[in-house]
Amino acid sequence: MTGEVKFLQGNEACFEGALKAGARFYAGYPITPSSEIAEMASQRLPAVGGVFIQMEDELASMAALVGASMAGAKAFTATSGPGFSLMQENLGLAIMTEAPCVVINVQRSGPSTGLATKPAQADVMQARWGTHGDHAIITLCPTSVQECYDLMIYAFNFSEKFRTPVIFLSDEIVGHMREKVVLRDDIPVINRPFPQGDPKQYMPYKPGENKVPPMAYFGSEYVFHASSSMHDETGYPNNTAQNADKVIRRLYEKIYDHRDEISIIKEFETKDADVLFISFGSAARSSREAVNMMRKDGIKAGLLQINTIWPFPDKKVRQLISHAKVVLVPEMNLGQIINEVRKLSEGKPVFGVNKVDSTIITPGEIVNKAKEVLQNA
Amino acid sequence: MKTRTEIVLAGVGGQGLILIGKIVGEAAALFEGKNAVQTQSYGVASRGGFSKSEIVISNEEVAYPEVLEPDLVLALSQQSYDMYRSKIGKDSLLVYDSDTIRQGECSGIALGYPITSTAVNLHNLKILNMIALGILARLGASRSNIADFPSYNSLKKSLEQNTPAQYRNLNLEAFERGFKMV
Repeated sequence: MTGEVKFLQGNEACFEGALKAGARFYAGYPITPSSEIAEMASQRLPAVGGVFIQMEDELASMAALVGASMAGAKAFTATSGPGFSLMQENLGLAIMTEAPCVVINVQRSGPSTGLATKPAQADVMQARWGTHGDHAIITLCPTSVQECYDLMIYAFNFSEKFRTPVIFLSDEIVGHMREKVVLRDDIPVINRPFPQGDPKQYMPYKPGENKVPPMAYFGSEYVFHASSSMHDETGYPNNTAQNADKVIRRLYEKIYDHRDEISIIKEFETKDADVLFISFGSAARSSREAVNMMRKDGIKAGLLQINTIWPFPDKKVRQLISHAKVVLVPEMNLGQIINEVRKLSEGKPVFGVNKVDSTIITPGEIVNKAKEVLQNA
Repeated sequence: MKTRTEIVLAGVGGQGLILIGKIVGEAAALFEGKNAVQTQSYGVASRGGFSKSEIVISNEEVAYPEVLEPDLVLALSQQSYDMYRSKIGKDSLLVYDSDTIRQGECSGIALGYPITSTAVNLHNLKILNMIALGILARLGASRSNIADFPSYNSLKKSLEQNTPAQYRNLNLEAFERGFKMV
């Protein structure tokens, strides 16, 4: 890993990753605990020929992202729960029009405006199903400042390759913590496929490789119409049952056909683990410390850290669960990811370690719960 | 054996605790080859209200990012002093501002310094944090339980790259003054 070494906040590293990935458009409305990203974008994007706009609200921010994406830019925004709620409608527009973009949600304690400066991990299901209609979505979760940088590049890469919005689900702890980070330059950057052939024959929504249509930009000689309503390969409305079925399935399959490629996970001491933790975001940091503590006590514990939470990494989770005696899912909510794990557990007991008092789950709390569960197993 | 050195800087919002936390973390991570994580906790007000900054330093990877059992606590308000004074370990240090904090019984080693009056005499209250940083730097060099606290030179380098040019000399002077107070 080579590149400039810095001591940065997770939020700052998110911006650096976005810049490295080629992002040049930011539209947003500042909100704690994500505001550092907007601050940096406002200072740094204009200097590299990019655009920063402070919008009137998050509805407009998300709309601006779709527009910028259609105009050919790599676009992103950053928000927290209250703003993410307002973005849901136009997030659907980005899915339907296949506009690549990245939406960062640095999670804070809710519901509603909740505790503005305090962490939570309770927007997991909102990231999956916040916008209406059948759809697929890609969601990445960082656990460290380095991962904020690395995964932002992956977020843009996935969004460009699959022409889809990608949600970057951070949390207040990871967003505000400072650590050493290498601003590495060894992650290849992917750009959306541009159409070939006669512009007059351009079919903007005709799938190419991987079921993804090549994408022109507004202002190019490839003229196209983008619509939130059901459309066919021409981009114009088509209300037939056959077309709707084809489009909805394609939008889903273009992502779910590539689950293995999209699934980013990390394993810590899982090979012989009797006690398996499955966690993400800041809770995964506590879980790793819990693994260390239990190993010192002679208990075989391990952690599966999931960085891609949507699509959920079914294959790996199923495989590791089958070898473990007990499974625990630490998360700063009342139980969201645990339900995905239970779907795959085939009767094996799965226990939650849940906390919603706006403080981080401690390793001791995880160890205590694991020991209690082991005693009864 | 304990592998983590855990530091808490606590007071009220606006005292510059997050900045000196960043300076300590950056000094350890970039100039001393250690692993360091700095976290922070504050309320919705930008000034006033309880605020703290934490740093964990280790030669090993720091998985859990927050402080579990502090080796060193800096308290710059009565509330933060009272929060930690009876909770810290017997070998842990509690450094506090003797100008503004009423002393109570402490479970560790309490060390008071006239931080506020020194800051006001030198310039004004805004350099309170740098005087405190200097005190911690000197203690770090002499106390074995916080041997991983960054050295004077690393802190100075980190301070220089984390303060605006026009106030650099003032901040350095405050840091030096604190260093000599111990």
